Formats: sequence, C-alpha cells, structure tokens
Amino acid sequence: MSERSRLHTFIVYVENKPGVLNRVASLFRRRAYNIESLTVGHTERPGVSRMTIVSAIGEGGAHRVEANIYKLVNVLSVEDVTAASTVARSLALIKVEASEESRHRLMQIVRVFRARVVDLAPQSLIIEITGGEDKVNALLEVLRPFGIIEMVRTGQVVMTRSLRTDSSQEADRPKPSPQTVEASHSV
Amino acid sequence: MQAEHKTLTGADIIWKSLEALDVSCVFGYPGGAILPTYDALTRSKVHHVLVRHEQGATHMADGYARASGRVGVAIATSGPGATNMVTGIATAMMDSSPIVCITGQVGSTMIGTDAFQESDITGITLPITKHNYLITRPEEIAPALREAFQIAASDRPGPVLLDITKDAQQASCVFDWEAAAPKPHRHEPVFFPGQKEIDAALALINQARRPVILAGHGIILSGAEREVYALAEKAGIPVALTLLGLGSFPASHPLNLGMMGMHGEAWVNQAIQEADLLIALGMRFDDRVTGKLSTYATKAKKIHIEIDRAEINKNVRVDVALIGDLREVLLKLLPGIRSSSDSDWLAQIAASKKDSAVRDIQNLPDNGHLYAAHVINALWRETKGEAIVVTDVGQHQMWEAQYYHHERSRSLITSGGLGTMGFALPAAIGAKFARPDAEVWVVAGDGGFQMTMAELATIVQEKLNVKIAIINNGYLGMVRQWQEFFYEGRYASTPLLSPDFAKLAEAYGIPALTVTQRAQVNPALQTSRFHQGAALIDFRVEQEDSVFPMVPAGADLAAMIRRPTPLVERASDE
Repeated sequence: MSERSRLHTFIVYVENKPGVLNRVASLFRRRAYNIESLTVGHTERPGVSRMTIVSAIGEGGAHRVEANIYKLVNVLSVEDVTAASTVARSLALIKVEASEESRHRLMQIVRVFRARVVDLAPQSLIIEITGGEDKVNALLEVLRPFGIIEMVRTGQVVMTRSLRTDSSQEADRPKPSPQTVEASHSV
Repeated sequence: MQAEHKTLTGADIIWKSLEALDVSCVFGYPGGAILPTYDALTRSKVHHVLVRHEQGATHMADGYARASGRVGVAIATSGPGATNMVTGIATAMMDSSPIVCITGQVGSTMIGTDAFQESDITGITLPITKHNYLITRPEEIAPALREAFQIAASDRPGPVLLDITKDAQQASCVFDWEAAAPKPHRHEPVFFPGQKEIDAALALINQARRPVILAGHGIILSGAEREVYALAEKAGIPVALTLLGLGSFPASHPLNLGMMGMHGEAWVNQAIQEADLLIALGMRFDDRVTGKLSTYATKAKKIHIEIDRAEINKNVRVDVALIGDLREVLLKLLPGIRSSSDSDWLAQIAASKKDSAVRDIQNLPDNGHLYAAHVINALWRETKGEAIVVTDVGQHQMWEAQYYHHERSRSLITSGGLGTMGFALPAAIGAKFARPDAEVWVVAGDGGFQMTMAELATIVQEKLNVKIAIINNGYLGMVRQWQEFFYEGRYASTPLLSPDFAKLAEAYGIPALTVTQRAQVNPALQTSRFHQGAALIDFRVEQEDSVFPMVPAGADLAAMIRRPTPLVERASDE
C-alpha cells in the first residue's frame, strides 16, 4: 500500500494465555508494519491483559489490522485510539556521565523535568523519568551533551480520557503546545 | 451421556469427544507421537481413513466439509506429519472451509529440545488457522475439541488445529462431556446491521436502474440460496458469480450471468462495469475478480453484505456495508425490496450475450481435435449437471467453471483462494464420504493429478466409487498459457512428461480408458459411469489450447484477451 502512514495507537484487551502476544504481533509482521512500541500488563480484571501497540501504518492498513486483531479468538476487544483524546505515558531510565562538576547542573535539570535520580555513583547517575514521549525526548536532548551511557525506555501506555463537560475541568485540558501539555500533566 | 463420569486416557477422550461431536469418519496417518490415539482408535466407532500423505488428509477433510457443510477432521503425527498438513490447512483457510486438524506432539517435557519428529506446528500454522491449541494435559482435550468445532464452523468458517502432546494422550482424567461445553463466545452480540444501514441498502436497491448481484461462497456457507433467489427474482437483478459461488444460484436461471472476473464471459464483466449498483453477497473482491481496482465498476454504488468485517473496504470501497450472517441480513432486507424488472437493463445484457467465448468451441464440427471443452461439456450432459465435480487448479478448472453448469450448491468443489494443485483427488475422497450417494467426479490436469495421485490407493482401500477425468495436455497448461501470452512463448519447464495414466490406474486395480478422439468421449464417460466403483479416463486433449476470454492479472476488466479466431479456423482447416 502506498498510502501515507502515521503513528497509530491500538489498545487491545486479551486473555492472558500463552502465545497471544505472538498472534497479535504476527498480524503486524505479516504486512511488514514495524511496531514502534508495545507494552503488555495485567488489568483490573483477573486473567485479562492489556496491550498498547504503537505502529506507523496508513489509514486503510490500520482498519485492516484492527479488524484482523478483532478476529483473534483470544482477543476480547480492540480499539484504535489514535484520533481519541488520550493520556499517554512511558518511563525511561537514563544512565548519564556525572562528574563532581556536572552533577549539580544535572540535578537542576532533573528538578525542572520533575524526573528523579534513582542511583548515584562517583562517575554516573541514573535518572528515572515518566511522561509523554515528547517530554522524555526533551530530557534526552538536554542530557545528551553530558554523555548518555545507557538508556532503557518502556513503550507507551495509553488510556482514553473520560468525557468532561464541566467547564472548570475544561481549563485543565491540555493546550495545543506540546511543552505546556507535558508541564501541566506531569505526574 | 452417563451421569457417572469415567476416568479415561487423553487418547480415549479424543475419540469419545469426536463421537459426541457426531464425527463418523476421520482422515489420517499414524506415527510415533500420535500412537496412543491410534491405539485407542481400536475402541472407537469412528471410521478412520488411512491416507497416503498427510496433505491428502487435510484436503479430504476439506472436501468432506465443502460437500456436507459439516466439520471435516484430519489426524497426523508430529514433525513431518504435521508439516505435511500445512498446504491443506492454508487451502481451507483461504476458502473458509471448516476443518479440525489433530496432530500428535512430542512429550511435554521434550518440547523445545529438538526431539525426534518435533516441530513447532502451532507456531507454523498460526497465520493459516482461525485458531490453534497446544495441549499438554488430558483435562484440556475435551473442552478444546468442543471449542475447536465451534470456532471452525461459526462466523466465517476456517481451520483449527489441536497439537496434543504424547503424554497428554497417555495420562488419564475424568471425562465429563457436559462440563466441557465452551463458554459463550466473547463477541456476543455478533455484529448486525442497524435499521439505518438496512434502509440505506434498500434505498440503493430500489432506486437502481442497472443493478448486478455478485454471488460469492458466503451464500453457500450461510445457506442463503433461497433468499438470494428471492432477491434476484423479486427485484429482477441479474446474478454474476465468483468461482466459489458457482452453484449458489442455478446456472439455468435466466438471471444467471455466469462466472465473473479473469476468465468470465465478456458480458459478465461488461455488466459489472456498466452497473450502477453492485450488491456483493458473501464475496471478497478478490484480485482475480476485480482486475485493476482503479477502473473497477466506477459507475456503481456498492453494497457489501459480509460476515467478516475485515473484508469491508479491503480492496473495494463500498457505500453501504452490512456486517452479519448473509441469510439473516437478507431476511431483514427482503420485505423492503420493491419488485421491479427494468427490462432495458436485462435486454442490454441479453444482447451482449451474443459475444460468447464459451459457445464458439462447443458447437464446432469434429475436426479431429479433442478440446478440453468438449470433455467438460460432455461430462455435464452425461451427468445431467447433477454430479459433484471436484477440480484441481489450472486451465481445466476454468474450463470446468465455463462448461459445467452448476444448478445446486456444493456441487463444485475447488481450491479458489490458494489455488492448490493436487487438491482434487483427495478432496473428492472426502466429498464421497460426506455424500456417499452422490456421483463424484474428479476433473484434474496431468500436472496437479501427479501431485497427489498416491491417494489412488486410498480410493481402492476404501472401495470408493470416485470417477476421475484427467485433462491431459502434456503441459502445465495455465502456466504455459501465461508464457505464451506474457513471456513470448518461452515454455520454461512447462512441457510435462507423464506416466500412462491408464496403466497406472490399472496397477492400482482401477479400470481405465484413454481417449484421444472426440467421438470416444461420450462412450468412455458412459462406460465409466456404469462401472460400479472407481474408474479413470485419460483424455489426451489439444496441447496448446488456452482459456478464453482472459483479463490479464491487474488489468482493466475491459482489456480482455479474446479467443483468436485463427486458432479455431486452423483447427478446422487442418
């Protein structure tokens, strides 16, 4: 398919059984769609797991993948939430070079990003950050000059927002600029 | 079922479960990892058909399912036994055929150790089954089998595989059939179109001036033949059929246009291209049907009634999609259909029927040449169109679709989607078990027949009355045709040396005839038909004949290659 692709986010509820991840992932593999990130974990319901899958796909392909995921016997529900209003979060652990001189500046950056230092060694420290992709990417940009030794990121977990009609709550809603969104929604 | 529950081995539970599921025969081949189950077979009422290759077992189960509408069952051992099933499983998947395959697996503690005859068959068949199971405990067997039968036959049917470890077959547990009932399916309630969609479809149908029904395999799977008939008659809508839809609407009905697509008659594709409304019933706009998508039926609004929502807007964008069981949806639609018969449209189509590719060969005087078309047409006349014809894949398959006129559902069994050569002979065996009273004919080419001809022994061992017509042109004919049309006649690896099929059949104890003249066709068919038991006829037909008309792959439906008259004239001049 030559249609233009963009990042699509699917939320899939599945029975927690062996091989289910393989069945779902196989539908992307078959069409040579790359999975950008995929997270799986337990849900509020026993025996039911929830996947958040992010993949760059064209519109038609996304419909087809969704319809085919739905057909899997172990799948309880599937939703393409790309167009929906959602909260998306991921977590990253970043090990950065930290000399005595640079440590103070790193701590300041950590505070600004509302991240945390979770390990401190004479020549490095590990920063934990939670947030949307943009926020994590922004921190990485700032840290890069210090020397990133190692990094690990979870994929995104995504939840659709409840409908809010109350005008006082409306003020809390994210504003268009990504930076503002991240600042107001930091955990 | 008795109130007191017996303790049985997993192997015995397999057969008890199959009996409870009303399975009377299975097709299989024993081996090490499935041996406990074969030992337990001696205590079962189920009839086991010993095949000669596991691919044959899956095609037999498939043929059984297509001829009867019931679930077909195939059994094999682990490793090569299981991998030999792959082609048959993929065939069933592409054509929505409900089969259940049971494979033995090495002991559960041996899995992943590269044990003797170990293969990861659940991994291998994951994309070509509706669902599959790896079963390691006897307690799982009965519930999984019950669920497997339900999954195979429900919604859009398809194959399900159960891989059962040897230790699960050997260990024992309590057999409680009632407790093994599958949980209600998670998709309840199934999709069903709302009144809004129904009204939208009705409006399109009632306003259409040039409508065409596209009749697919889903009509047969849903059992919606009567409703489709009612729709066509009430609204006076002509019906074009897909290959797998043939038989779902009577060939002799005046509204029947015939097969659409690559080898459909010109008028069928013209009607589709000229239509202002296409009503697609249980079909999936396969590339062999649409040709070039950007020029496909551009003047037509489209209604798609289909049980599998993944098919909606897959190849062709539709205006109204009604997702649900075809028969149920049609029952909802029918009361709102206004009766009409726009005679202009039907007259226009009738006029275009003069341009026929099929007719021009069948009425030719005998010029010393034997064409496949003569054979198929004679077979149709001799059997009064009432036989179950099981075809292989290639030129003969298309000639069968053109020259054998199917009046009833399930009277043509053929591998459409996957196009599996070697399908016909084993599938016919399955069909014969499903419908023992029916006259079953295999129509196969000399190429495809040799892929699975080992199953001749199965026919003899089971004393089956299956008739075989080999359309023998000494080439892999359809590939040769493509080489002639698109590769400047360079016949790479398509000339085909075959054994003397009559002698081969006789070696198996099957009476056989070789036909080289047109005048011999009918007598040979009559001789074979009156023989009580299997019979084979080797028809040595014109070597370089082609299937006409032909829309090249990916081309506009109007860009068809017609039968060049010189071919016919040359044939009569010689």
